[in-house]
Amino acid sequence: MLEVSVSKQLTGFRLDATFTAPTPGVIALFGRSGSGKSTLTNIICGLLAPDAGAVRLDGELLSDARAGIAVPVERRRIGYVFQEPRLFPHLSVTANLRYGERRRRSAPSVIAFDEVVGLLALARLLERKPWQLSGGERQRVALGRALLSQPRLLLLDEPLASLDVARREEVLPYLVALRDRLSIPMVYVSHQFEEVLRLATHLVLLEGGRVLAEGAVEELSLYPELQSIIGPDLMGAVVEGLVTRVNTDTGSAELAVGAGALQVSLRDVAPGARVRLQLLARDVILATQPVQGLSVRNALASTVIAISDDDFGAVLVRVDVGGAIVLARITQDACRALRLRPGDAVWTLVKAVSTRGHTFTLAADSRSPS
Amino acid sequence: MNASPDSPELEALRLSLEVAVRSVGLSLPLAVLAAWVLTRTRFPGRLALDAFVHLPLVLPPVAVGYVLLLLLGVRAPLGAWLHERFGIQLAFTTAGAALATAVMTFPLMVRAIRLSLENVDRGLEDAARTLGAGPLDRFLTITFPLMLPGILAGAVTAFAAGLGEFGAVITFASNVPGVTRTLPLALYTAMQSPGGDQLALRLAILSFTLGLIGLLVAELLVRRVRRLLGG
Repeated sequence: MLEVSVSKQLTGFRLDATFTAPTPGVIALFGRSGSGKSTLTNIICGLLAPDAGAVRLDGELLSDARAGIAVPVERRRIGYVFQEPRLFPHLSVTANLRYGERRRRSAPSVIAFDEVVGLLALARLLERKPWQLSGGERQRVALGRALLSQPRLLLLDEPLASLDVARREEVLPYLVALRDRLSIPMVYVSHQFEEVLRLATHLVLLEGGRVLAEGAVEELSLYPELQSIIGPDLMGAVVEGLVTRVNTDTGSAELAVGAGALQVSLRDVAPGARVRLQLLARDVILATQPVQGLSVRNALASTVIAISDDDFGAVLVRVDVGGAIVLARITQDACRALRLRPGDAVWTLVKAVSTRGHTFTLAADSRSPS
Repeated sequence: MNASPDSPELEALRLSLEVAVRSVGLSLPLAVLAAWVLTRTRFPGRLALDAFVHLPLVLPPVAVGYVLLLLLGVRAPLGAWLHERFGIQLAFTTAGAALATAVMTFPLMVRAIRLSLENVDRGLEDAARTLGAGPLDRFLTITFPLMLPGILAGAVTAFAAGLGEFGAVITFASNVPGVTRTLPLALYTAMQSPGGDQLALRLAILSFTLGLIGLLVAELLVRRVRRLLGG
């Protein structure tokens, strides 16, 4: 459990954040730039001292302003992967990797050098100097270096922000592998919602130095204020499902979601896998009568739970689809014409192809605890 | 033109090298410390210390030598104490010439080291910290190696400049043949003595060559270290 309740006054900015997140797992600190994410991670690892409040990791007090407790950074055993790789330029990749390993003091060795080299595919790079590496390779070495210091918690402060899209794809799968294979809790700072969807098990929403909301990703994806951070186009309910059938010829699969089944576009997945899926609200269609002769692959019986204005001239309709909650964004005109009211029975229509690129594999053991 | 083993040229060259080496050895650790204090710490007297360190750059060297004489001369309080307590005499000795040279070249050294320290990314030190490195460990394994180009540049520049220090040396350590008569002092002496024109010319050419070699070596060394560091 990571318990953080701190405040810090900086010039022109005040952080006042409280959250409690389960460990192990990936805790995503999500918010726009300037929302206080980096300030918060610096306080957690001790590079910045809070004015007030406390940080507690798995029951151990790391800092408590009132009691005057502040474990020095070098003794906290919190690994930190910064936005820039910050590799030591005068040391080889091997020496960079060993730097933290040699200084772990009495910490138990959870992950070995060879394991890290294998997990992050670093074998080819070991003899090189940092300037001989690509951006993605540097960030992988930085990740390995932090892991080898045998941390109790790994902080990742937008580790992909300095990389272009192609390089991001070069590093992201490794982060997913770390989450699934190691039991090291991670705090992942990001302002890219897709990274959160792919990695996070617990989400903390930050805005203006305050925690707007925290909880499981599925739950917070329905949170209306999320829209002010990610914008209306990326809004959409996140649901988890179990792959029940796969058709490799057509690249489609069937998921068990709630009490129903959902047809999705999904390759490279085996039956039994757990996946997380975001159904973008703007891609979801509502019908008050059964429809025929449409190309839509999913028509799910559902019930309207709530309707709210979305501040962008449309409405967000929250529907219950056999136990799973889905958001649909429709115009105010459509809502009026259909005379939608909470409690109405509707058909929720989801195009299978609209799920392409929005479905992410979750390991069975990394299900969010909600 | 050939210089015999005991020729004044060789003696002056040997003395100049000895004085320059000793002065660099003496001032280098202090210069690293001064650069650190001036760059990384904030205290009320910092600006005054900064000015004090740079004073030899703007003072007449003779004045610096005179102040040293006032402090460390044979009959000066500090000088007498050093002599009685440790048997150390600085005025009119080679060690004294080295000290005077060290004081004069100190600002050059501090400037070069300070510049390199300012260029060390503090983020790297923070990274080392999160990896479990304490303050001294961080300095020795990260900061110091990254400052090396500047430290080398400072040392070699101070060495090259130290070969030619005149005013402070002659004032504090006097012009004793074989003890404090370094290249510039020998050159000055030759110019003052009748028929010393040939010797003066040879000494001038020697000084010129030495200075040039010193500066070239400094540049090459810095480049090489930079490459090693992957800059």
